[in-house]
Amino acid sequence: MLKLVRKKEQLFLALFLFAIILIPFLIQNNYYIIVMNIIGLNTIVVLGLNLLIGFAGQISLGHAAFYGMGAYISAILTTTYGFPPWPAMVVAMIATGTVAYLVGYPTLKLREHYLVMATLGFSIIAYTFMVELDNITGGPSGFSGIPHLSIGSLILDNDFKNFYLIWLFAFFCLLGSVNLVNSRVGRALKAIHGSEIAANTLGVDTDRYKTKIFVLSGIFASLSGSLYAHYISFISPRSFDFYYSIQVVTMVIVGGMGSVWGAFFGAALLTILSEILHVTERYNIIAYGTILTLVLIFLPEGILVWFYNLCQKWKRKTLIEKG
Amino acid sequence: MFSLQYIISGLTVGAIYALIALGFNIIHNATGIVNFVQCEFVTLGGMMMYTYHSQLKIPLFFSFFLSLGTVTFIGALIERGPIRMAKSKAIIILVFITIGLSSVIRGTALLVWGPDNMPIPSFSGEKVIRIFGAAILPQHVWVIIITIGVVIFLKYFFRSTMTGKAMRATAANRRGASLVGIGVNRTVMLSFAMSGGLGAIGGMIIAPITTTSYDTGLMLALKGFSAAILGGYGNSAGAIVGGLILGVLESLGAGLISSKFKNAFAFFVLLLVLFFKPTGLLGRGEAERV
Repeated sequence: MLKLVRKKEQLFLALFLFAIILIPFLIQNNYYIIVMNIIGLNTIVVLGLNLLIGFAGQISLGHAAFYGMGAYISAILTTTYGFPPWPAMVVAMIATGTVAYLVGYPTLKLREHYLVMATLGFSIIAYTFMVELDNITGGPSGFSGIPHLSIGSLILDNDFKNFYLIWLFAFFCLLGSVNLVNSRVGRALKAIHGSEIAANTLGVDTDRYKTKIFVLSGIFASLSGSLYAHYISFISPRSFDFYYSIQVVTMVIVGGMGSVWGAFFGAALLTILSEILHVTERYNIIAYGTILTLVLIFLPEGILVWFYNLCQKWKRKTLIEKG
Repeated sequence: MFSLQYIISGLTVGAIYALIALGFNIIHNATGIVNFVQCEFVTLGGMMMYTYHSQLKIPLFFSFFLSLGTVTFIGALIERGPIRMAKSKAIIILVFITIGLSSVIRGTALLVWGPDNMPIPSFSGEKVIRIFGAAILPQHVWVIIITIGVVIFLKYFFRSTMTGKAMRATAANRRGASLVGIGVNRTVMLSFAMSGGLGAIGGMIIAPITTTSYDTGLMLALKGFSAAILGGYGNSAGAIVGGLILGVLESLGAGLISSKFKNAFAFFVLLLVLFFKPTGLLGRGEAERV
């Protein structure tokens, strides 16, 4: 499986895994672990969205809805109908993937940027359902009493146990994304990003690839939503509104479109930032909007990629100076 | 005669959707982007009207034109500033920039005006007119009249003035337009200004019926976009037809089926249109430029 991953990235992945194992031993503060868990959940969503934005060149403002679908389907199936959590999670992923396909299939065939509005429209429909179907979803006041996940007899009921769970999933999503980017599919996607028409004439079925990547990104979001629901054990529609979509989009842009590691970087940086700002939601909207706009105007390639390029340039310069 | 009431209120809201859809089209034709700030143009129209008229006590007539001027100016500013300054002109980047700007403006509006709905008085009284058992407010009449006026003005502007023709030329072929001496940048700025003005008018004339708040524009503009798609994106006759049809459908749906899912309804229509006839009712299908 690792054959496709370059040496340097293998090293990064190993370091990443090592850090995941080590961190709970080094940090005993519950609050920091909670923040890191949120980063992990966001990372999973952002990784998927990043594949869509970076490679299919399409914008989705519906990822809050996919995230919410994962959470609500998991919550309702396990709590109301007594489903075991793990199969419920798979059901949620399949359902979300199907919905993503239904939204993406007709829209991604079109050249224009219709997906952004279609997904936004879908996310408003989903939000309306979460709020209005109150006998099923608990309505605006939310849905509580969701059971924790368990592995065998081990119940994942505290922040530290959930840390391993969430980050293990984040790690696999990261590994999957890195692998995907370097595979045949990844090369096809890169070709689409470079020039859709050229890719098409060379035999890449561009519509199919774009739809597939959109469905995959929806499934990532659903997975993250399910993990969130079982971890926090309470969900309400407010966590899945329009602003969450803006947040994850900002994370993708800040990290750098099409950069897998950038997705992780963006999720971490912005989650921490909103924890530091920690003011009311009012300022959060402005902060995210401002960061999004400024990064796009001045560093459209994203902060991490910009920094990486800068380092490369600097390296080259010193090499030249040395002769 | 029960549903006549719904049709009338549907046509009123539909007229607003049509104005907003026209705004989307103008920017789409000039730049190829989906402009998310359109939502905020609508909001700002209503809120400026509230500030000028209800807070600063400027007479309604002047408030109307002051708000229109302010939002038009903001529209031009958005092109002249962020859109033109952007290092990358890729469409996806520009769309993202408008999403970012829209969040900034909405957040700022929330800080300035707070979260509450603000009333704006009707343009001419509240005396109900009764036709075949349906109650019509004078404001409904105003909405229809002003919309028709705007549409006639736009038609005149794009057909018969030099600037309007320059804008159409830019939409048809940007490079060609600049080769024959049209200032393309200025034209694009004008497009943003005009779509700001259209959004503002929509926000102002609906406000006396629905009240106005920092986020009224979001829902209205997204439905306006659905209307644009329904009619055929980029097509101005389509925008009007799409707006009116969507308004009536939504009003009938809310009145006869369920008002709970009123907001979801328009987007359901949007998804259906994208699924079955993405070129819209009056769209001619897109010729792709390579």
